[in-house]
Amino acid sequence: METKAGAAAVYQAALNEGRFIIQRCNDCDQHIFFPRELCPHCSGTSLIWEAAKGSGSVYSTTTVRRKPDAGGDYNVSLIELAEGVRMMSTLRGIPPDDVRIGMPVKAKVVDHGGSGLVVFERAGDSQ
Amino acid sequence: MSPWIPRDLRGKVAIVGVGTAGCGEAPGYSDIELLALAAKAAVTDAGLKMSDIDGLCTANLNAAMWPLNVVEYLKLRPKFTEGTNIGGSSFVAHLLPSMLALEAGICDAVLVCYGSAQRSASFSRKDVQRARGLLDPSPFEAPYAPFNPPSSYALIAARHMHQYGTTRRHLAEVAVAARRWAQLNPEAFAREPLTIDEVLAARMISDPFSKYDCCLVTDGAAAFVMVRADRARDLPAKPVYVLSNATAVWHRNVSSMDDLTVTPSRESGERAFAMAGMAVKDIDVVQTYDAFSINTLLALEDLGFCKKGEGGAFVEDGGIAPGGHLAVNTNGGGLSCVHPNMYGAFATIEAVRQLRGDCGERQVKNARTALVNGNGGVCAASQSTAILGSAEVL
Repeated sequence: METKAGAAAVYQAALNEGRFIIQRCNDCDQHIFFPRELCPHCSGTSLIWEAAKGSGSVYSTTTVRRKPDAGGDYNVSLIELAEGVRMMSTLRGIPPDDVRIGMPVKAKVVDHGGSGLVVFERAGDSQ
Repeated sequence: MSPWIPRDLRGKVAIVGVGTAGCGEAPGYSDIELLALAAKAAVTDAGLKMSDIDGLCTANLNAAMWPLNVVEYLKLRPKFTEGTNIGGSSFVAHLLPSMLALEAGICDAVLVCYGSAQRSASFSRKDVQRARGLLDPSPFEAPYAPFNPPSSYALIAARHMHQYGTTRRHLAEVAVAARRWAQLNPEAFAREPLTIDEVLAARMISDPFSKYDCCLVTDGAAAFVMVRADRARDLPAKPVYVLSNATAVWHRNVSSMDDLTVTPSRESGERAFAMAGMAVKDIDVVQTYDAFSINTLLALEDLGFCKKGEGGAFVEDGGIAPGGHLAVNTNGGGLSCVHPNMYGAFATIEAVRQLRGDCGERQVKNARTALVNGNGGVCAASQSTAILGSAEVL
């Protein structure tokens, strides 16, 4: 991608258009997350943007407790993507206490105060 | 290539003075005021004057150039200044640079000092979060609003439970053991009785943590003074020798951890044991940074006191409480003694007090070696391990 913006800005700009993209290193062929200027594995600079597959599973999860009048409890999870990288996110469409480690999930880009944000939903084929 | 282990520095430097101030609640005081009171107490304990201090190590969570504040307030003219801030482990990680500076003759007396009025501060947690979000953003985590640091450690704990069958009851054992030690320590902030059932039934913060799995929020300051070992013998306090120190820094965000259940202590501990020429069986007392109950389990595993995944079994039935098989966090730790933002200096001071034999009811009999394990960041991001010893083990 020809651009003068840094990797974080490119990532966010794509999300703002509803597209979830991640980087793959053209030198060592590994996917990376979070977006960077240098590959953390080989320090290579030829990082290529690809559409994320969007599938993955819950690696760990917590229910953050919050008073009902402040919005109530919510989920924070670490998601392992099919590409082999991990990211923080949250599960939507499921009570926070029902989220389980290993649960298959599917990414969705939502609007978060005017910016695109990757969240996950439970994928159909689970247990 | 194996790392260079500075074995020549083993025991060349001693901690000769310690001091605390304002532990618990100190309304009306600021960070620097509490720090100054602890610094004075430590320098006095060492039998020195503030004008003898020519080396300074310090860090603060809110001020980017904190050594300047401290130099100005105490009117120091240090020849060696170390302001590295890698979180709460910093004050343990300051040991090795201080040893190098002292042994090289760059300076003669190093003051390590910290102070925080976190509990009594006039600004709220929300104010701090907002300011940090602007000055030091975490763009790939912040939109999901993890309640940090609890949520990051909660994610670590949940994964440990999933992989190894660790239970909330195991975590509660850590909190109850800390409380039982705190009940023996007049300086500890939380001394009311606490049971495992009370930990389990308490208000949840970020699952699997209830409020008792999380460290205290207190005020407090801590300081200690180091000199070369030859000089230490002429000073009034019983010298406590620094046998080793090693630091490991692995990441910043929990989402960047390779394995949520393995922490940098595995690396810092290995190097610290090698430098001291010791193994876990040689350690009489352990002071490890318990920001959350899971931290103690991870440290015991990663330092080698038990195998990975067996931390829960290790702490069962009061295993690390008074009378247990290993004395851990004898002051009551961050969970029950004191935790003003960063705890590393307090853990170090408790180790020194144990080796001096100053601990009264909580004294571990014949303690000659102590391991200190500092922890930093919101997800075991940095850890620093030190082994201290009395003259008998030099």
